[in-house]
Amino acid sequence: MTSRPFLSSRAVLKAMTGFYVLLFFAYLFGPLAVMGITAFNTPSYPQVYPFESFTLDWFVKLANDDDMVAGFRNSLWIGLLVVLVSVPVGLAGAIVMTQVHARARSFYYLIVVSPVLTPGVIIGISTVIFWRDMIGVTGTRAFYNGTFLTVVGQSSYIAAYTMLIFLARLQRFDRAQDEAAQDLGASQTQVFFHVLLPYLRPAVFSAAVLAFLSSFENYNTTTFSILADKTLTTVLAGRVRQGTDPSLSALAVAIIAVTVAGAVLYEVLRRREDRRARQRERAAGAAEAREMAGMTG
Amino acid sequence: MTSGVALDRVSVSFGDFLAVSEVSLEVGSGEFFSFLGPSGCGKTTLLRTISGFVEPTEGRVLIGGADMSGIGPDRRPTALIFQNLALFPMMTVADNIGYGLRVRGVPRKARRDTVDRLLDLIALGDQGGKRVDELSGGQKQRVAIARALAVEPKVLLLDEPLSALDLKLRQHMRNELRAIQRRVGITFIYITHDQGEALTMSDRVAVMNRGVIEQIGDGRAVYEQPRTAFVAGFVGENNALPGRVAAAAGEFATVETAIGPLRGRNVRHLMTGSDAVLFVRPESLRLDPPADAERLGVTAAGAAFEGNLTHLTFTTAAGSRLTMTVGRGGALPPGPGSAAVVGYTPDDGLVLPREGFGDA
Amino acid sequence: MHSAIGKVFIFGLPAIVTLYFLATAWADRRRLGRAAPKPFFKRNGIAIGVYLIAAVGLWCVFAIVLPQLYMVDYSFRPKLPVAQMGGPKDLYTLDNYHYFLFGSTRSSAEWNVVHIRALVQTVLISIVITAVNFAICYPIAFYMAQVARPARVRLLMLMLIAPYWVNEILRAFAFRILLGTNGIINRTLIEAGVLGEPLDFLGADVGLYAGLTYAYLLLMMFPVYNAIENLDRNQIEAARDLGAPWWHIHLFIVMPHAKPGIASGATLVFMLNAGALAAPLVLGGPRSLWFTPIVYDRFYQAFNWQQGAAYALILLLTCVVFVLGVLKLFRLKLGEIAR
Repeated sequence: MTSRPFLSSRAVLKAMTGFYVLLFFAYLFGPLAVMGITAFNTPSYPQVYPFESFTLDWFVKLANDDDMVAGFRNSLWIGLLVVLVSVPVGLAGAIVMTQVHARARSFYYLIVVSPVLTPGVIIGISTVIFWRDMIGVTGTRAFYNGTFLTVVGQSSYIAAYTMLIFLARLQRFDRAQDEAAQDLGASQTQVFFHVLLPYLRPAVFSAAVLAFLSSFENYNTTTFSILADKTLTTVLAGRVRQGTDPSLSALAVAIIAVTVAGAVLYEVLRRREDRRARQRERAAGAAEAREMAGMTG
Repeated sequence: MTSGVALDRVSVSFGDFLAVSEVSLEVGSGEFFSFLGPSGCGKTTLLRTISGFVEPTEGRVLIGGADMSGIGPDRRPTALIFQNLALFPMMTVADNIGYGLRVRGVPRKARRDTVDRLLDLIALGDQGGKRVDELSGGQKQRVAIARALAVEPKVLLLDEPLSALDLKLRQHMRNELRAIQRRVGITFIYITHDQGEALTMSDRVAVMNRGVIEQIGDGRAVYEQPRTAFVAGFVGENNALPGRVAAAAGEFATVETAIGPLRGRNVRHLMTGSDAVLFVRPESLRLDPPADAERLGVTAAGAAFEGNLTHLTFTTAAGSRLTMTVGRGGALPPGPGSAAVVGYTPDDGLVLPREGFGDA
Repeated sequence: MHSAIGKVFIFGLPAIVTLYFLATAWADRRRLGRAAPKPFFKRNGIAIGVYLIAAVGLWCVFAIVLPQLYMVDYSFRPKLPVAQMGGPKDLYTLDNYHYFLFGSTRSSAEWNVVHIRALVQTVLISIVITAVNFAICYPIAFYMAQVARPARVRLLMLMLIAPYWVNEILRAFAFRILLGTNGIINRTLIEAGVLGEPLDFLGADVGLYAGLTYAYLLLMMFPVYNAIENLDRNQIEAARDLGAPWWHIHLFIVMPHAKPGIASGATLVFMLNAGALAAPLVLGGPRSLWFTPIVYDRFYQAFNWQQGAAYALILLLTCVVFVLGVLKLFRLKLGEIAR
């Protein structure tokens, strides 16, 4: 009964939605596009127009910037260490979560999720304060070191991220496989390595990627915990405060290029895996059909 | 009794819930033994107790004469086929079958030989390299069995393995399982709620209800001579007429049912006045009963043609329904609504105590 | 009260809590009897059991609990050179908090207007930014969750994530390029004749607010998207069928269903904004007052770590109060939003 005017209001809604989506993505990409253009423009202050002339000089300058390069290497190294710490810790956290008794579970959850909800600066500050005091307790300065502190500080919340990924995957684990392996004679350790870990492999991969990227781009925590060292983000912050030249824009373009390459690679691998899964499904279907045909004989 | 299983007053309770109550029985070496019962009767719990995933609250499990108390599933001489098979998805068929040997440290060459032998046994000789998700339902079944047989268990435990399969496949697999068991010669303990499966495959059947074993016997015994109302109602189709024992003399008793007094064999020696149920199998009813038969006046309600058999349904004046089964080539059944007289010889009627009636 | 007492609490508290839970676990086990799950080391084997306990124990104690307790402890201690810490002068004091309120550790004559105003401003503006974020994200989230086809959703998802790979500092920098006195917006407006001279966006904090609104859009988008996505489309159809106008559907059907997602996104965005350091550093004008850079300064300008700890704690408490407030307002429990 209200269909006719209703339909046209729907059409208007659709047009508005489309327009809004466009506007939204313009807003999202706009600043980055602007910055990207300045990377190729000659003036030493980032500007989009007038577009004086095309140049790749800023990229060269970026590559020769020693501080940046050192920071980049440090970020890679710390990222790797964070992966090596937070993936096993997150896995342990997830397994313990499934085994801890009900009364302790909410409390345990609160504790391990709290770093995610804590502002990064506070994690950085508390990490530095604690380990500085530990110099007195342990009698050694070995722990009061930028890399160590940053890895510990970042891992405190990144391990929570990986834990959540593992938890999601663990929820759907078929317990019968654990029991089947035991029934066939496997010890608990063997069940863990032969059955559980292979099942978790996709989760390990996505957890590792997430951990690395979260670590690489972190600033709030790192700026406190890195002490006298530097990472890419702290160098960047310092650079942006002091002078602004388009080599920073060049960095942004480089990052975008790597991201796009990564996304394309991911999509290619994903399609290949999908195709293989479909092939296996078809094989199973054919086997079923043959079996049915054999029955009626 | 090298691979027999004995349950000695086994009870299993979870908190306040008693899942299995004082079960004592013996399964012979090399026997195909089934536990038959509806869901929730405790058969799965019993199977998991035998395989070691659950410790009995009371009583003992003995396998091959050895007490299994405190011995976990990884060290018992049993192997369990799970209801959803629980094949390892990231391993190939061959790796699945060889898994039990791998964790026992059997060297690769010996493992491969055993796996090949078993692949031939289950007729999947060239499929060893396939992944599990490329197989059909029946093939997965057979892989699960081969995987269990690889560790040479004394007892193979099967948890309703055929319930997820199509009808035709199920019937085919029944024969296959029986054939494999005869060939390999080990004790099979099988649980199911499908009494057709239990009867066709097993040497003996234990009928279970609410944690208690109601009767143990071979197929013929539980079908023709049920000892309780539950067994009579659960195994096969049966007409049940509840009432009270009006007279008990010698072999027979008369039960006062809703449709009048009827006679049947008083196998449990019930006394006058006890609550009882009279059971008559559908195939024992006749449309033109002989002279000495018990007769019932009924109204025809319908006929269901099922190929080899036709099932006729009747209603009585008291509202109960009766089913009767006839083979092909009989007189035409009476049309719906018409009156008829069916009867049975007293020998075919069975009088059993009322307890457990209605659970089936 | 000498600060050495604090050490006892700091190390004792986790120990007591652990013992308490071990005791309750043991009591549970006794109560359940046979029905209790297998004991820990039987269930996992010794090797894995040790790994689990070590990993979780070390992580929780040394990376989460102890540092936080230490920071709380620090905030109540006076500023002393390292050599004198732990010595006779190291007594507990409220000086640092006093400083936050009154600008000095001794007199209560004047309020510390600068810092208090910074905190209040930060909180209020963060709330506004959170609301704006939600308003911007909701239509897109709804579109992706209920209207768009799956192939398009994946594409949109990728397009959404792409800008966030770029570091937050660089993103803030992009806004500086946009909004600086020589930036493109000012240039365009001048050339179009709208303005006579460039507007100082950055000095007026417009740059900061625009940059902050931009910064955490994704973190509002995903929880809201997930929450809307699992709404049964049929409910919307049914409401439409009954004649409900579209704004009614959104207000009374979609949003209530998406409550956990909205609360989750709002919490995250608020906390990231209140705790933002990079954007204010890059985009803040000379007079801009954002709380977290003030905390930063307590450490690296005033070199007063104890005070910095106090300020950090004040920030943390503000965030916690906000989160609890949101939970209360939306009538939710913590477990539902932390996903």
